[in-house]
Amino acid sequence: MSLPIPPILSYALRRLFQAVPVIILIMIGTFLLLKLAPGDTVDALVGDMGGADAAFIERLRAEYGLDQSVWVQLWRYMAKLAMFDFGWSFVYEQPVSRILLDRLGTTLLLMATSLSMAFTIGIVLGAIAARRAYSLTDNLISTLGLIFYATPSFFLSLMMILLFSVKLGWLPVGGIKTITGFYTGWDHVADVARHLIMPTAALSLIYLSFYLRLMRASVLEVAELDYVRTARAKGAGETRLMVHHIMRNALLPVVTLLGLQFSTVLGGSVVVETIFTLPGLGQLAYQSVIQRDMNTLMGIIFLCSIIVVVVNFLTDLLYARLDSRIQLK
Amino acid sequence: MTMAATDLPPPEPSRPVILWRRFRRNRAALLGLFLFAIVVIMALTAGFIEPDDSLRRAGVPLTAPFINWDTPLGTDQLGRDILAMLFYGARISLLVGVVATLISIGIGIVIGALSGYFGGWVDDVLMRITEAFQTIPSFVLLLTLVAILGSKIEWIALAIGVVSWTAPARMVRAEFMSLRDREFVDAARNLGVSNTAMIFKEIMPNAIPPIIVYASVVMALSILLESALAFLALGDPNYASWGNMIGQGRAVLRSAWYCAAIPGVAIVLTVLSFSLLGEGLNDALNPRQKK
Repeated sequence: MSLPIPPILSYALRRLFQAVPVIILIMIGTFLLLKLAPGDTVDALVGDMGGADAAFIERLRAEYGLDQSVWVQLWRYMAKLAMFDFGWSFVYEQPVSRILLDRLGTTLLLMATSLSMAFTIGIVLGAIAARRAYSLTDNLISTLGLIFYATPSFFLSLMMILLFSVKLGWLPVGGIKTITGFYTGWDHVADVARHLIMPTAALSLIYLSFYLRLMRASVLEVAELDYVRTARAKGAGETRLMVHHIMRNALLPVVTLLGLQFSTVLGGSVVVETIFTLPGLGQLAYQSVIQRDMNTLMGIIFLCSIIVVVVNFLTDLLYARLDSRIQLK
Repeated sequence: MTMAATDLPPPEPSRPVILWRRFRRNRAALLGLFLFAIVVIMALTAGFIEPDDSLRRAGVPLTAPFINWDTPLGTDQLGRDILAMLFYGARISLLVGVVATLISIGIGIVIGALSGYFGGWVDDVLMRITEAFQTIPSFVLLLTLVAILGSKIEWIALAIGVVSWTAPARMVRAEFMSLRDREFVDAARNLGVSNTAMIFKEIMPNAIPPIIVYASVVMALSILLESALAFLALGDPNYASWGNMIGQGRAVLRSAWYCAAIPGVAIVLTVLSFSLLGEGLNDALNPRQKK
């Protein structure tokens, strides 16, 4: 006797299955990038040792499987990636997976604060702009959105540091916590939060402008629909109309964008983490480029891609939950 | 009695005139055009401002703006003329922006057209590749490509194009999918028009307006990406670049904040100009689209 599978579960399984070819393509892509990069693992190893004789290099190549055909190498590489084995970092003298694990938390924290801030402020401003469409308020909000979009996060970061750290002395210039602080409990949380204010603001502003624009357009569109007119005719107040009737449907495209944007925001964390010396994956990516640490760089690309796939999967589920029109078949 | 010239209908305005009228109705777009014109003029006249080398020492290091009229916007910590670097930086931003946009839109058109026109397994394969590119954080991929290819200006433009084609491809695909079922396509197919001619001569001209609008978005993005690379000191060191000026200005932020602020404002206004231009082009080229 087989248990009936709930539709949401089979939908989830099908979506997961669709992600498989994308992940395989990314594996092949990172392999190609590794092959394109000058020098291989053995070159790095030998360079580390300060040189070796040809016979020894030959033996190392065989040991690392680099004497095999490209296809065998690709297959082995993919098998290792699937086990989250990203090889050895010759810069940090550690397995790449361990370095990544150390850095993951900071980046995820920054993603969470930035995206939730961009999303919340974006949809609120977008909804206000749409409800007062073509008014002074709308023009002001829309213009602000365009300026936010045009401001590079690194420039904004520097100007915030200048104002809030250098001139006013309110906020720390960098790091994730006060090194000499040894705070515990809520003091620690408050300390980290203080360090995250400027990075979060710098990273969220561009994305805030996307959500704002999309939300404005989406609310304008939904507000025209028949069911909204019906609700208004039945005497629903404007606030209730907005919160209970319009918002729910207007949010759908914005939620999709949230998933799609996640990968771009991860990319943006490179600049912001570097400026504010936050020990996350973005800063690590920049350091790896400078130090030509290809194994670490490929590890970051693969791990970030997996995170993006997971986040997109979750937003799809959220979308399915929000939109009853989606048949979970 | 005078000649009854008024009886004749007025001549139909030409297409450029119609487009210009629609464009000009959007006042923000006019501002965008004005800012864009300034950036172009800066790029074109850079040679007059500083004929020799924008990266040479022009005065006392860290002169503030409006003090010495040889260097009206001041000098950076190496005594280089900020105004001259600003003008040469406009060149690099526009150059990298245009080349990267052409590459990005070019790849996007090919992938999107094939995918949207043929559908089926072609669409499946190309869309999985597009998704893979969208999944990898594009700035990390850009850093990796620059690490592999090197920091020459040509490679940077190419790398930016390679990481930013996915959105244009999806847009072109959607256009092609909606156009391929129209009657004029059926008619052309019945006349025996080949697939190549169908894609490039029949469908493509109809997809051009949204592509042009999208190009302005990609242009803004490319300029932002180039400046971020240059800020991280991964740009081409042989050319003055706004991003690089900000990166160097970071070292003297406390004492001479104008070193970073001036090129920063230049980037903001340039990117803003492309966003506004894009909106005006959208009004002009897709007048029926709801705002």
